[in-house]
Amino acid sequence: MTSIELPEPDKSILRRRDAIVADLEAMFSPDQVISDEVGRRAFETDALTAYRRLPLAVVLPETTKEVADILRYCHESNIKVVARGAGTSLCGGALPAEDAIVVGVSKMNRVLEIDYPNRTARVETGVTNLAISNAVAEEGFFYAPDPSSQLACTLAGNLAMNSGGAHCLKYGVTTNNVLGLKIVLMTGEILDVGGKALDSEGFDLLALAVGSEGQFGIITEATVRIIRAAEAARPMMIGFDSAAKAGLCVSHIIASGIIPVAIEFMDKPAIEVCEAFAKAGYPLDAEALLIIEVEGSEDEISERLAQISEIAGELKPTTMVVSSGPEQSERIWRGRKSAFGAIGRLSDYYCMDGTIPLVHLPFALERIAEICSSYGLKVANIFHAGDGNLHPLIMYDVSKPEEAEKAEQAGAEILKLCVEVGGCLSGEHGVGIEKRDLMHAQFDKKDLAVQTRIKSVFDPKWLLNPAKVFPLDCREDPSVKPASTGEAA
Amino acid sequence: MNDILSPATDWELGSMLASLSEEKTSVEILGAGSKRLMGRPPKADYRLTTSVMRGIPLYEATELVMSARAGTPVSQVEIELAARGQMLAFEPTDLGPMFGQAAGIQTIGAVFATNQSGSRRISAGAARDHLLGVKAVNGRGELFKSGGRVMKNVTGYDVARGLCGSWGTLAVITEATFKVLPVPEDVVTLVFAGLPDDLAVEMMCAAMGTPYEVSGAAHLPASTVLRLEHDSLSRAGQALTALRIENFPKSVAYRKTKLSDALSAYGTPFELDLENSLNFWGELRRVSVMPAGSTNIWRISTAPMQAPKIVYGIARHMDVRVYYDWSGGLIWLETPESADAGAADVRRAVAIHGGHATLIRADRAVRDSVEVFQPLSPVAERLTRELKAAFDSHGILNPGRMYADV
Ligand SMILES: Cc1cc2nc3c(=O)[nH]c(=O)nc-3n(C[C@H](O)[C@H](O)[C@H](O)COP(=O)(O)OP(=O)(O)OC[C@H]3O[C@@H](n4cnc5c(N)ncnc54)[C@H](O)[C@@H]3O)c2cc1C
Repeated sequence: MTSIELPEPDKSILRRRDAIVADLEAMFSPDQVISDEVGRRAFETDALTAYRRLPLAVVLPETTKEVADILRYCHESNIKVVARGAGTSLCGGALPAEDAIVVGVSKMNRVLEIDYPNRTARVETGVTNLAISNAVAEEGFFYAPDPSSQLACTLAGNLAMNSGGAHCLKYGVTTNNVLGLKIVLMTGEILDVGGKALDSEGFDLLALAVGSEGQFGIITEATVRIIRAAEAARPMMIGFDSAAKAGLCVSHIIASGIIPVAIEFMDKPAIEVCEAFAKAGYPLDAEALLIIEVEGSEDEISERLAQISEIAGELKPTTMVVSSGPEQSERIWRGRKSAFGAIGRLSDYYCMDGTIPLVHLPFALERIAEICSSYGLKVANIFHAGDGNLHPLIMYDVSKPEEAEKAEQAGAEILKLCVEVGGCLSGEHGVGIEKRDLMHAQFDKKDLAVQTRIKSVFDPKWLLNPAKVFPLDCREDPSVKPASTGEAA
Repeated sequence: MNDILSPATDWELGSMLASLSEEKTSVEILGAGSKRLMGRPPKADYRLTTSVMRGIPLYEATELVMSARAGTPVSQVEIELAARGQMLAFEPTDLGPMFGQAAGIQTIGAVFATNQSGSRRISAGAARDHLLGVKAVNGRGELFKSGGRVMKNVTGYDVARGLCGSWGTLAVITEATFKVLPVPEDVVTLVFAGLPDDLAVEMMCAAMGTPYEVSGAAHLPASTVLRLEHDSLSRAGQALTALRIENFPKSVAYRKTKLSDALSAYGTPFELDLENSLNFWGELRRVSVMPAGSTNIWRISTAPMQAPKIVYGIARHMDVRVYYDWSGGLIWLETPESADAGAADVRRAVAIHGGHATLIRADRAVRDSVEVFQPLSPVAERLTRELKAAFDSHGILNPGRMYADV
């Protein structure tokens, strides 16, 4: 998979490499600057491993001021910067460039303040997603967005990608759970947005910054909402003999006024792989499996699951199993959460992330199967059904370049399909380099211009996370300066 | 000056704004005009309303999604939703009545443009959290879209959400697509009487920290209770603190008992049943306790636990009426007539305790002379101006409505 064009590195920067490294070493302590090749190798890719680029150098700041120092330096010296959390991005969002410095926030991982009465936590963004929930667990609270990568991924990456997770159906995604940010701009200026208040003042800069894929600034601190956990939660499994029925079941549940905390979908190939791996007790005879979780007290849960069973029952499921207790619940979720890993043991895979309107689910699944088989590839589907966010896993052999190429082509067709049926290219993984060139499928020129002008406001020289998100020809001619404000009326 | 433009289509709006932009002619953007008297008085050559752009092109109840043209009255949106047992979970506040207008006239486009969120904001999120996508025209006259109709979408920057709270200064929304939710089967409100503000806020925060999913937490001091339209509540003669629980009936029954037990240190609450609950929270949606009149009204957003300190800080200097929503995170504050509407004291209290304040209602002369929206930090101010230029290069949309030169 190497068909995505990456720009030629700026030779003048490469020539200055030694001088730049010397400058960095003067600014930071030795353990904060990585310039040797072996050290830099660790940062050459993210979870889209087919693309690799050795960065010019890596800097690991420990304070917001240090982040400001390095960004100001890069701004003045016209050096590109790629921000990095844990490097688990699936879209090449954290892919470095040879003429760019990677600024990693992994050393900034402290929980700064937990405020239970106001239900907020203030953290440095290098903290892992799960560490936030762990820090507040003893009081029964948690941080809601739960990407499957939560053990490793950082809040910084979550903020940049507006990450989601299985429980977002009820609790929302990252942008719905953040109240304040500290962002260092390329100029070294520090922007504080929001705080503990529920609304932020003025334009919603928070909304723009979350999901900006590291292109506006480096986020060093965040104030997030923490939520009191429900008394208990319990999943049930419902198997069907067709994906269409599973899709209908989801629609019927939602139409009845019930919003479960999570509704996850797996197709037969996924069920088989996960069952073999995790022994979760999944029904091997089902074509499609729903895992539906509800929360509340024991009585509330029982009542809700009974209602759901009744709705599902009308569709003649092949299996219907309510978890009998914590041990079985754990197994059911373990199967789902280990899905990527389980498939990864069988085959290399390419994980897609489009979203579709749920009404088109049966059609979309059929088309996905057709598209993949036309390339001679196998596909497994696992996804968040409550919100239509598909994750087809296209299996291929990484050692065969032509197969990799095919996987990439099949993936692009699938994403275009998602847009055609009224959905979008990415539900939670972001655009990065991976979907950059597909942006024209979803947006016209003006839509993109509106976005790239915002980019130019935050980062006029386009130094932050270059060659990501927008097709390479998208940047408006910078000589066409926007008129200055205040000249009219 | 009296010309009101009323485009019927996106295309028409686009060509109007393109030619206004070319002529560098400014325009005030209106929905139904219910919030016209709020904000810095706009100084524009023309007025433009979205009110002809009405209708609901998409409503997919099983996917919890609706698209409505910007000029559709919220009341119409809510009638359509109610017919399928659904609602706007963020309960948009209706500011019309406090400006002497009928309730229910505001348009859905304006609700998102001004991010109007009511009591359920505390559990369900704000208007901006429910917005999935927009079609809009910027000040250059360019039609654009952002987001879409699906629940999860991180394709490109979140421009749609970024337009929330920009008060028509960046772009005119022509169509909004948003998430809707089922109406809960049952509602009950627990009301605690006689708590002073600081204890009430402490209690509301404690309630929000329980697993019982409180979906509204408001406190009205005795002087504000008097103004409730609800007959028996208005005669309570003491402060009232209300906690709302919504779910299916068995769950509501269970949760109200558990919640009362957990909060027993604050007294024994009485209950409002479904109908009375709807009336009471409906009043808060209309901000009925701050009725039409000539006093000044502020809206202060802060960390809930800081709210009583802010109110005490201001009340030391003037006679105020107040009520707290969002478990304290939102303060509605009425100040007596004065040259600056109390701005100096309000801003000082907010600066000390954190948060931000917006002057919602005041004489035109006052709104002309004090900052209506919270003054920004220098960096935020620079970005705000540059964003304005990026969307609206000649500054034609609602000039000066939020900030001078924006
Ligand atoms: C097995 C697996 C499962 C996954 N499951 C999910 C899932 O369920 N849901 C989901 O949404 N995602 C999922 N992901 C994708 C990924 O984990 C998320 O995108 C995550 O948010 C990335 O976090 P990170 O710390 O690894 O960031 P990185 O990969 O290091 O960076 C991601 C992006 O953030 C930018 N960035 C990093 N730090 C900063 C900063 N301080 N300021 C500004 N920008 C910054 C980077 O430049 C890059 O563009 C999964 C990935 C894997 C490998």
